Amino acid sequence: MTRRVVITGQGTINALGVDVPQTLEAFREGRCGIGPLELRDVDRLSVKIGGQVKGYDPEALFNRQQIALYDRFTQFTLIAAKQALDGMSFSGEAAARAGVVLGTAGGGVNTWDENYRSVYEEGKNRVHPFVVPKLMNNAAASHVSMEYNLKGPSFSVATACASSNHAMGQAFNLIRYGGADVMVTGGSEAMLSFGGIKAWEGLRVMSKDACRPFSANRNGMVQGEGAAVFVFEEYQHACNRGAEILAEVVGFAMTSDAADIVMPSQQGAARAIAGALKDGGLNPGDVGYINAHGTGTAANDKVECAAVAHAFGAHADDLMISSTKSMHGHLIGGTGAVELLACIMALKDGVIAPTIGYEEPDPECALDVVPNEARDAQVSAVLSNAFAFGGLNAVLALRAAP
Amino acid sequence: MAGNSVGDSVQDRIIAIIAEQAVLEVGDVSMTSTLDDLGIDSLGLVEAIFAIEEAFDIQVPFNANEPQASEFDISSVAAIVRAVEGLVATQKT
Repeated sequence: MTRRVVITGQGTINALGVDVPQTLEAFREGRCGIGPLELRDVDRLSVKIGGQVKGYDPEALFNRQQIALYDRFTQFTLIAAKQALDGMSFSGEAAARAGVVLGTAGGGVNTWDENYRSVYEEGKNRVHPFVVPKLMNNAAASHVSMEYNLKGPSFSVATACASSNHAMGQAFNLIRYGGADVMVTGGSEAMLSFGGIKAWEGLRVMSKDACRPFSANRNGMVQGEGAAVFVFEEYQHACNRGAEILAEVVGFAMTSDAADIVMPSQQGAARAIAGALKDGGLNPGDVGYINAHGTGTAANDKVECAAVAHAFGAHADDLMISSTKSMHGHLIGGTGAVELLACIMALKDGVIAPTIGYEEPDPECALDVVPNEARDAQVSAVLSNAFAFGGLNAVLALRAAP
Repeated sequence: MAGNSVGDSVQDRIIAIIAEQAVLEVGDVSMTSTLDDLGIDSLGLVEAIFAIEEAFDIQVPFNANEPQASEFDISSVAAIVRAVEGLVATQKT
């Protein structure tokens, strides 16, 4: 017998805000968090915008020893985890039944960047002793486990832009099939460094002015940074402790295109969408909202719309699909986590986050993309799409709290 | 296409770059070929543009999301040669 899984905590820091209320307010107002990048050597970049966390002062939040160990992606994770766990503590058998699985694509990119600069550019022959434990992809998951005494299944997942969705899918399945009772999950990314942006510039898929998903005049993606962390919990466990239930996770599916390292596949995406519906026991008509992958690239948006149309048939015209990347940017390995906030908002508050920056209809993206303004609507089931470079797709299905 | 010695040199180097990207002999790349004809996909194009930037020490304005809107004409090998000659003239003066 499988067990039901609910979400009982959420936290975030991203370009739209330093917590969930600020982020949801930005979603409701259709506010854009993308702006001029503030980072070293920005004048040598051709892409100079991003969804950056501004006014951020790590020294106000962490002591010197912590900063020596916490890369920016770990700091973001710990900030979001603290909000999500909101005082929950774990000991004894409960600690052994609780774990953490987090997505990140690049891990400690700033740490790599700073230390390469120091040995290559500045010619230094020595780096700080904690470079390795600071940059490793699992650093954030490990620090969360230590901070909250989570002693069950814990690991990190790196599948590029689908990392967070893959991570949350693992958390869901671990609880569903009895491997854990509580999983702290989500993801983080802090790739807005000189090297991080330079690498993306090379692919020539970045916009220099704005992220306009589904709009005919879209011209590429814009990177963001930040984290979102959730508490996934077995339903009865949540009821027993009287926890507020934000939403229920009902389905998850992952597929591989097995086709191209960067070009998306309609078939691979459609199979993941259909798989999540089937896994969640949902009919296409049950789904009222999809948080799209919606990167704002020419290729993704048209392929994604075709995949949704294929998977949903006639119902595709009745559902709403929006890309909040237009507001917070593409958080790469952390993106699915921040986007799950919009899914929960849709189910819990009846507010659908918009796709901002939408200027011209594209016949190849002819779905209701909730252009520019948030919408009040009651929905009972939603999907969150993530389709990664490398053709790895992960789709989550959520229902309103039982 | 007749041209001066500088033009011939740009042309030869671009044909060499495109031939390498297409895994063809230089003689198989004609000035009227399109990238499609040569079997160069979007990833190959981005790589070829990178090679051109490195070879000529120029910046090529090209966004893969809107190739048709780019100032950089990629409609044929001849168009690419003309575009690179223009960029070399404006960026290397």
